Amino acid sequence: MTSQARPLTRERPTTERVIETLLFLAAALGVATTIGIVLVLLFETIEFFREVDPISFFTGTFWSASIQPRAWGVLALVSGTVLVAGIALIIAIPLGLLSAVLLSDYASPRIRTVVKPVLETLAGIPTIVLGFFAVNFISPQLLIPLLGRQNIGGFSALAGGIVVGLLVTPLIASISEDAMRAVPRGMREGAYAMGATKFEVIRKVVFPAAISGIMASIILAMSRAIGETMAVLLSVGGKPQFTLDPTESVQTMTAFIASISLGETAQGSIEFKSLFAVGATLFVMTLALNLLSGWFVRKFRTAY
Amino acid sequence: MASNAPAMSPPAASRFEPALMRRKLTGTVFYGACLAAIGILLLALVALLVDVFARGLPWLDVDFLTGVPSRRPERAGILPALVGSLQVGLIVGILSFPIGVAAAMYLTEYARDSWINRLLQSNISNLAGVPSIIYGILGLAVFVRLLGLGPTSLAAGLTMTLLILPVVIIASIEAFKAVPDAQREGALALGATRWQMVSRSVFPAAAPGIMTGLILAMARALGEAAPLLLIGASVFVTFLPNPVEGGYTVLPIQVLQWASRPQADFQGVSAAAIIVILALIFVLNALALVVRARLSRHIAW
Repeated sequence: MTSQARPLTRERPTTERVIETLLFLAAALGVATTIGIVLVLLFETIEFFREVDPISFFTGTFWSASIQPRAWGVLALVSGTVLVAGIALIIAIPLGLLSAVLLSDYASPRIRTVVKPVLETLAGIPTIVLGFFAVNFISPQLLIPLLGRQNIGGFSALAGGIVVGLLVTPLIASISEDAMRAVPRGMREGAYAMGATKFEVIRKVVFPAAISGIMASIILAMSRAIGETMAVLLSVGGKPQFTLDPTESVQTMTAFIASISLGETAQGSIEFKSLFAVGATLFVMTLALNLLSGWFVRKFRTAY
Repeated sequence: MASNAPAMSPPAASRFEPALMRRKLTGTVFYGACLAAIGILLLALVALLVDVFARGLPWLDVDFLTGVPSRRPERAGILPALVGSLQVGLIVGILSFPIGVAAAMYLTEYARDSWINRLLQSNISNLAGVPSIIYGILGLAVFVRLLGLGPTSLAAGLTMTLLILPVVIIASIEAFKAVPDAQREGALALGATRWQMVSRSVFPAAAPGIMTGLILAMARALGEAAPLLLIGASVFVTFLPNPVEGGYTVLPIQVLQWASRPQADFQGVSAAAIIVILALIFVLNALALVVRARLSRHIAW
């Protein structure tokens, strides 16, 4: 590190230290972002709770932000969110896991050239396009002919859930595929040597060994489904109600935040402040899911 | 095994055979289910694309690309949204490239294994999981209100940069980690300082991966709209946006506006705008492939 022209010294040149500091600041911007998010949500939510009782906020099941009499029961929005995310997972878990198995254990080159592009294209489609697809295709061409016009409308939790399911399927598929690939070949071959069929190897060896990664992918998909905005905004209808009926029109937390900002709501009004309280609820829910998913990932990394 | 076989009674052997048949049948059914799953996904994708193109293509012409939104669907155009998306994209690209690369550089080439660096690392992966609309809330409070930028494409670009940065950083970290240590040791052995080693030896080798990650992140930013709903990108914009004042809109928000109207004609106009977004995303993806191929021509290890 030293030449004869320069005296031997442990001190690094000033420019080197300046550069390192600048690079550190860039990396620390992420922490600043996190702190910013937490502070903004915290302060504005406290403002909101000056006017609305937190207990009735978290336990109430009736939500009406702009129409009198106003009601702030966030469970109406949480139930809509969980309903849509639940439908999405019912669709995405089988589709995602079966695609992952196809890629990890059956993948002939011909299958790969079909499966990979399908999943990648699906992952790359903007979510607003999936919302458009829900309103213009899933509802009128699929759900209404199937269930009958009297049973389901043009906007429903089901239509939104289906497209959000399509949206998170690539996520489940790619993380689960990684987890299944990480299962050592020797374990598979041991099972084959005992006379197991391919399905038995997948079900009784690969699947249990990869379960942490699979769980992580499902939880992450749930977090994405809960936080998804654009696909849901167009398709679920926007009527806040405490229901688990998939054919009903519902409102999710994200769609509520979006609709408040789309409308002509005066900044500083109570409806406007409610946006931050709902945002804080959403943030805490997704953060908990992300941390849980991370815990599963660490568990799965240390398995072998 | 072979010596035991004669001792086994014939009924036992015949009981074993159907079980194997059944087990193999279960396997075939499962394989069929796997193929059915990918079949359903493929079908959904084809239905989506056919539906969008069938509705949108009749509306897609030069007037549509150069026109401004109108109350009459046949006169509606997307130029303001297109310009708005390009302005936001430009700001995101200009800011997230240097910041993203610098952050990844610090985390892979400089950071020692201390608690603060582990915090930085885990914080970035947690940020990647924060719902995009939450970034809109942050942007509204910080850029629009606190810094007083108002509902402009500049505020939108800054918000989008914060949203995209974790993606760019994660991709860049992967690219830096893929550079073999021999590359670093070679530079250090020649007397390079750490910064000389990182900037002239490691960075060029990691550049293809970084650029690919950046372009793909930009493609994501182009289709993302949720945070911008909070940054005021909802107005009916019939003029070309000025980045620092007045209203603006972006392509996905324009799609949302038209798709929210009941008239069938506006669904067609909306589909035409979707085709434009998909085409731009396709171009960016193709660009990522070309850049990767071009930049990695000189790299061989």
